Amino acid sequence: MSIDRAAVAKIASLARIKMSDEELDRMAPELNNILKFVDQLSEVDTSNVEPMTAVIPNIMRLREDEVNADPKTGGDRRADVLANAPAAEHGFFGVPKVIE
Amino acid sequence: MSNLTDLGIKAIRDGVASGEFTAREVAEGFNANVAAAADLNAFIVTTPDHALASADAIDAKRAKGEDLGAMGGVPIGMKDLFATKGVQTTAASHILEGFTPEYESTVSSNLWAAGAGMLGKLNLDQFAMGSSNETSYFGNVTSPWRRPDGSNTPMSPGGSSGGSSTAVSARLAPAATGTDTGGSIRQPAAFTGITGVKPTYGRCSRWGVVAFASSLDQAGPMAHDVTDCAIMLGAMAGFDPKDSTSLDMPVPDWEAALNSDLKGKRVGIPREYRMDGMDAEIEKSWEQGKAWLKDAGAEIIDISLPHTKYALPAYYIIAPAEASSNLARYDGVRYGLRDLPDGAGLQDMYAETRAAGFGDEVKRRILIGTYVLSAGFYDAYYNQAQKIRTLVSQDFEKAWQECDVILAPTTPSASFGLGEKDDDPIGMYLNDVFAVPASLAGLPAMSVPCGVNSEGLPLGLQLVGKAFDEQGVMNAGLAIEERAGFSARAEKWW
Repeated sequence: MSIDRAAVAKIASLARIKMSDEELDRMAPELNNILKFVDQLSEVDTSNVEPMTAVIPNIMRLREDEVNADPKTGGDRRADVLANAPAAEHGFFGVPKVIE
Repeated sequence: MSNLTDLGIKAIRDGVASGEFTAREVAEGFNANVAAAADLNAFIVTTPDHALASADAIDAKRAKGEDLGAMGGVPIGMKDLFATKGVQTTAASHILEGFTPEYESTVSSNLWAAGAGMLGKLNLDQFAMGSSNETSYFGNVTSPWRRPDGSNTPMSPGGSSGGSSTAVSARLAPAATGTDTGGSIRQPAAFTGITGVKPTYGRCSRWGVVAFASSLDQAGPMAHDVTDCAIMLGAMAGFDPKDSTSLDMPVPDWEAALNSDLKGKRVGIPREYRMDGMDAEIEKSWEQGKAWLKDAGAEIIDISLPHTKYALPAYYIIAPAEASSNLARYDGVRYGLRDLPDGAGLQDMYAETRAAGFGDEVKRRILIGTYVLSAGFYDAYYNQAQKIRTLVSQDFEKAWQECDVILAPTTPSASFGLGEKDDDPIGMYLNDVFAVPASLAGLPAMSVPCGVNSEGLPLGLQLVGKAFDEQGVMNAGLAIEERAGFSARAEKWW
């Protein structure tokens, strides 16, 4: 399969990465080379193979129903959570206005 | 005392414990080496005060007769992919420039608890995506090694843990943390003549490690020799309830159980790794490795891993797919860069922020990942790749019926000059062709130096073991180390 410039523009928009015309022109052949490389997977018959879901079998654990069992992931850390925000106001993340 | 920076983990730990020298003397020595090595660009930030404070705490403990820990008095380099409280953590990206975590990753916490200190945060390929350390926003890392042809071409330290490999190889740190998603510990270790171990998936907690491809990412030690790696892995590993894929099993005392007598062990040689046009010197080193393991008492067995050639293309679907999901979090809202042009709305802010904050290789992988996960292509690409991953894993399961550990080259070539492979992403990806199968199967694997090629550049041999059998991998690595007697060092030019 190969993708054209318009398709790359569509993917970039889905991935929320702004790209100039110049970048799209550069990216399209690069992505096609990678897709050509991975296309060889289609020659393997996998009709009776299950896709891998866990690389090392592991049981999914439930944690104890306990508040702040681990202080590193517990509550009451609003200031820490907001400390690196580019715009934090009144205890919230600030974003551009989204409602008219 | 001028040669303290030639020492590795075990020698420093034991020397501090016995009072031969102080932890402060060690930290001062390495701090000085770090400060004098700006030309290598191995560090993004240096933290000499952290190293000194940890050292002083260890010296005080010793004065009181307290236990100093498995790494007491050993200052290390920390790959800048691990969140460190109060110290900038960037993943070598612009989008995380200035990000200062309010918390400490589990692996780094474990290391500090074991008595280690931090010399600084090590440079890497941006978001660990790269095999040459040329994708960092903070500039290339240069290997201390050079070709002896007098051209002084700056050489690649490998990637993504290139700051780690350079720091250890150039004696800026006795050891460093690395992470391995598809070879990022083993390939740089091979390029710089050091030892690196990627443990079984789940041994080391991923909590607080900037995520690239979560089903593949695994932390591990990079150091001068197998014993040092065994000590450091013991300090890094352990169950962590904060990582849902963490292994809930005891951490063996790998250091105590190291044993290079391989009598009764069977070493598999995968015939599919012998590729057309293989570098003759790599092939020779592989043959030499076989002879060494035979000498250590092992039986050498020809095995088959039939889906080897599909591992790399499968990886280049799975890893970008996971990366595109993981990196969706960089949106200019919660942390890191925000690019908000005048009058722009929320969607524009996302797109502008990510355009300005990600490098080309990261964008390329996010786009590939977005594409292979998009409606209409999911089955043909992502699902097919996950099925191939099952087949790669089954290949290994079958091999373990015939052998205990697998020997292969770590890389298809020695280090190359920075810039020599820039225009060819696929050629760059091929660096990891021997490393990726073990990553897809979550198996423990390591690279151990075995010699230098005709250009005087280091080569590494790779050992892959059964899940949870880091011991078997490191024992075979030790058998090679003892016989290779690798002592080559990069001549100091920086």
